[in-house]
Amino acid sequence: MAWANNVLRVNLTDGTTSNEPLNMEWARLYLGQRGLATKYLVEEIDARCDALSPDNKLIMTTGPLTGTMASTAGRYSVVTKSPLTGAVACSNSGGFIGAELKAAGYDMIIFEGKSPQPVYLYVENDKVDIVPADEIWGQSVWAADEWLHKKYQDPLLRIAAVGRAAEKGCLYAAIVNDLHRAAGRSGVGTVMASKNLKAVAVRGTKGVGNIKDPAGFMQAVNDGKQVLAENAVTGQGLPTYGTQVLMNVINEVGAMPTRNMREVQFEGASKISAEAMHEPRESDGKPNLVTNAGCFGCTIACGRISTIDRGHFSIENKPQYWGASGGLEYEAAWALGSDTGVDDMDALTYANFICNEDGIDPISFGATVAAAMELYQIGAITKEQTDGVELKFGSAEALTWATEVTCKGEGFGQELGMGSKRLCEKYGHPDLSMTVKGQEFPAYDPRGIQGMGLTYATSNRGACHLRSYTVSSEVMGVPVKTDPLETEGKPELVKAFQDATAIVDSSGLCVFTTFAWTLEDIAPQVAAACEGDWTPESMLEAGERIWNLEREFNLAAGLTAADDTLPKRLLTEPAQTGPAKGHVNRLHEMLPKYYEVRGWNKQGEPTDETRQRLSL
Amino acid sequence: MQHVIIGAGPAGVIAAETLRKNDASCSIKLIGDETEPPYSRMALPYYLINNIDEDGTYLRKAASHYADMNIEVIQDRVESVDTGAHTVTLSGGAAVNFDKLLIATGSHPIRPPIPGLDLPGVHSCWTLEDGRNIADKADTGADVVLMGAGFIGSIILEALAERGVNLTVIEMEDRMVPRMMDQTAGNLIKQWCISKGVNVLTSTRVESIEQDKAGRLTVKLDNGEQLGADVVISATGVRANTRFLEGSGIEADFGVLVNDRLQSSHPDVYAAGDVCQGKDFSTEEFSVQAIQPTAADHGRIAAMNMCGRDTRHQGSVNMNVLDTMGLVSTSYGLWMGVDGGESVELVDEERYRYISLQFQDDVLVGAQALGLTNHVGVLRGLIQTKLKLGKWKDHLLQDPTRIMEAYLGATQSIGHNAALL
Amino acid sequence: MLRALQIEPEKCTGCLQCELACSYQAEGVFNPAKSRIKVFTFHDEGRFVPYTCTQCSEAWCMHACPVEAIVLNEETGSKDVLADVCVGCKVCTIACPFGTVNYNQDTKVVYKCDLCGGDPECAKACPTAAITYVDADHTGLGRMRAHAAASAGAN
Repeated sequence: MAWANNVLRVNLTDGTTSNEPLNMEWARLYLGQRGLATKYLVEEIDARCDALSPDNKLIMTTGPLTGTMASTAGRYSVVTKSPLTGAVACSNSGGFIGAELKAAGYDMIIFEGKSPQPVYLYVENDKVDIVPADEIWGQSVWAADEWLHKKYQDPLLRIAAVGRAAEKGCLYAAIVNDLHRAAGRSGVGTVMASKNLKAVAVRGTKGVGNIKDPAGFMQAVNDGKQVLAENAVTGQGLPTYGTQVLMNVINEVGAMPTRNMREVQFEGASKISAEAMHEPRESDGKPNLVTNAGCFGCTIACGRISTIDRGHFSIENKPQYWGASGGLEYEAAWALGSDTGVDDMDALTYANFICNEDGIDPISFGATVAAAMELYQIGAITKEQTDGVELKFGSAEALTWATEVTCKGEGFGQELGMGSKRLCEKYGHPDLSMTVKGQEFPAYDPRGIQGMGLTYATSNRGACHLRSYTVSSEVMGVPVKTDPLETEGKPELVKAFQDATAIVDSSGLCVFTTFAWTLEDIAPQVAAACEGDWTPESMLEAGERIWNLEREFNLAAGLTAADDTLPKRLLTEPAQTGPAKGHVNRLHEMLPKYYEVRGWNKQGEPTDETRQRLSL
Repeated sequence: MQHVIIGAGPAGVIAAETLRKNDASCSIKLIGDETEPPYSRMALPYYLINNIDEDGTYLRKAASHYADMNIEVIQDRVESVDTGAHTVTLSGGAAVNFDKLLIATGSHPIRPPIPGLDLPGVHSCWTLEDGRNIADKADTGADVVLMGAGFIGSIILEALAERGVNLTVIEMEDRMVPRMMDQTAGNLIKQWCISKGVNVLTSTRVESIEQDKAGRLTVKLDNGEQLGADVVISATGVRANTRFLEGSGIEADFGVLVNDRLQSSHPDVYAAGDVCQGKDFSTEEFSVQAIQPTAADHGRIAAMNMCGRDTRHQGSVNMNVLDTMGLVSTSYGLWMGVDGGESVELVDEERYRYISLQFQDDVLVGAQALGLTNHVGVLRGLIQTKLKLGKWKDHLLQDPTRIMEAYLGATQSIGHNAALL
Repeated sequence: MLRALQIEPEKCTGCLQCELACSYQAEGVFNPAKSRIKVFTFHDEGRFVPYTCTQCSEAWCMHACPVEAIVLNEETGSKDVLADVCVGCKVCTIACPFGTVNYNQDTKVVYKCDLCGGDPECAKACPTAAITYVDADHTGLGRMRAHAAASAGAN
């Protein structure tokens, strides 16, 4: 079996650690990572607990394929209750630490309680130390990373850490690993900091073995790699342009949320697009993009490594930012750029760097700044709050200032750190918050892509594109083309994507493989590695089980069908330009049908029959 | 052409093989005074802990290796060398003629002038025979006192500890391996050994050893303490085996004096290995290094010159690697630093990790490390190529563990923004 | 014609497929920590550099070995560690000026690249052809060996 069959439990209150075998009965039902850790969370915490109290638990979890040679099999997830949404949080990250944790011999780490003082966890195979973090508490992720590498004299130590924003209570703080990969969404970093846990440093030299059918596995892995290589998106588009390949595409479709989603097309899109990242700069003749980069085991390599123009106002006197680091992904470029109306790519790259440096989610952050800019425009926020900064749409200076103060948790940054829902409520305009369940939208306007409206409204972790990426079908025609302005068939489409994504997220693989892979490609890899009956059908059913489990958690936490909705703007203010001109999102045409295909009652609760069918 | 090699250690064996590779028809005689086939002292500690059989210590595994290469192995002791007559005299009085002679007689353990050091329970650990004697006596529960925590002492320390003896190590200097590691590292190794149950006394001398009628030894120390022991092992250093050259006209100091062709004061006589006072790469001075890689260098280069292929020895980098009960330590070149140089170090006392780099301008000239087992050899590459590190030196001053990155960065063009950064 | 690993760092994405394939072939587990080929990351430069033994003709490791545990593979030109002969003295690890012989503290013997006996897994696993197995004359080996020669001292 590809599982390590070993759970590390860390009680931060007592400062003790223990090992226990993985619950294999659950593993057969929920596979691993997202599904399996959610099962642990559901069983172990009171869903109504305060997410930032010691009662919450934080689980760092791998999948059974994590650490193997299957392409993209380096993923890990952080599962906890979100302080931003009050719902279940599951944030997935690439980089290298997930595979390292598996190679050290663990499927997951469950953090319990709260340490009386700041600490970090050091894991070297069987050696596990809870260590005082005095030297790195109050420091950025990058500073902590450097300090830990030097302390342990180990360039290959893999580190996940929270930055100053998390320590200061920013509600969308991320856990950043390997400098610029992140379990980014829903404030999982805030939970980690609330436990006085600064960092997790892992070195694993045992490796991952115990593959059920080694020869069959290598065959399935090589077949899978070939499919990825031959696919236009995973073989060419993503390595060359990264996710940013979407910037111009989505803008043309008329689904590019702009200026706090008042508009659906951004006139500056081409200036912050993937193509622009390849263009040589005027100043030094170098493009923004240095290279593409792969996470552990990934044969797609969509990651961007970028530099900022040294003459740019944001870094001209800051040589620490002159080197290359993690560049703009589409979501960050959109949130920091189009949603704030800023088309200065160097400013966006700088903002992105420091979002990584101090660990905040650029989607929620950018969207919150966008909301703040709208509040500023209508006079609800004034220079009094902003230290005299003109918080105007399109201002690169305002954006970089806002990023700096939020990352450090200083002044107005504390208010931006609350997220757009709380900010807009505080300043008297709750309707201006572009959120679902308190979490900010990603980069697809549901007026131009109807299925994404249902996706956002029903996502178990609040607004999120990665819970069912129907853009794939509605815009790119994968696996079949559907009309983005049509609502017919979208409930079924959303359900299918949600279930498939849930099981992919639970395997240890990256969801980006699904531009090329279907469960027909994935199931043979899982089946060859793991005990159990893993077919495309059984995996889809497990995905459905996971989706319903997450739903159960949210219902127990007090969320209801009333939370499955979208902001008024998207339901009542029609798109003004582009192919979706005149359209609002017609959620009401989709939601009832969605409940029905899910086997839920009108209150959005799984029926007894559904529960029974899924062995919940 | 008749080649005679005295000494069947690594230098002698490599020289013999090199001669044969370069000259198919010459006569090669390899004379060694131990009864076993040529073996490696480096392997003795592993023999002591039964990791390998005796033949696992042999330099060459095939029994017919020397015969196959037409190398005549003579088991005998050379008593003297007559450079005028071009002969060496064996113990029985027989003479062997040579055209070219290689002295590769290695070294022997020195016996400090301590009363009782010649008692029957006191051993060196230098030959396979010594190894057998120690293995016989130093068994589980035996009280063993090891005199000397230099390289040899430390390398057999693990073997003794693994045999389950009650071990006390006595070193007169203020730390372990004082000629290989600095204060920080030498003391960390000491702490490590103590944590593993070995009693380590530094800055301590043995004043005398006494034995009672039952054979039990008493070791008296200069701090007034007395230690009971079943076995005492003396590992207080080695000295080159040059005594048989007295009167031969071949000049020797700490070892046989040679030029950069490894040629002695007599043009037909060469020297290699522990007995040879060869050039040190770092200091450019001539000194006895007594380490395996240098013996291999010497053996090859001396042989090239003996068969007429003019080959210069640029000097060997002094380097050592030691495994003290699982703590691996390494040192290179001018690990103690140079005047006007720069250095950087990282210490993690809890985990017994240490790295220290010494620079002159932007060139690495020396290094030490504890617990480093990956890519450590690149330190040799950096030192021996005198690679100009440029900006990578600053990177190393920031984080000295990034030695491979410094090497690759300084030898390859890294990144299309390389010029920029 | 001898073949050699040709490495073109500019094509590398740092994905470690080579390390996974190498460790699986050599150790039977996916374990980059025990890979014979290693990818070094130059973060600030945005560059990844795979590096392993060049099977240099000087064969520092082989000559430094006191017990003949590293031998020349006549077929491939690789210098192979005989794990059952190696006593674990580590002299080769300090002698290799390229830092490509490592000591395994679990098995107590050293390990290095052996070209998988002539069919290197790293090259097959690399998704971007940053590592290829080609005629020795066509690699940058000349350059690398010139560098090795510079460190040869005498040779």
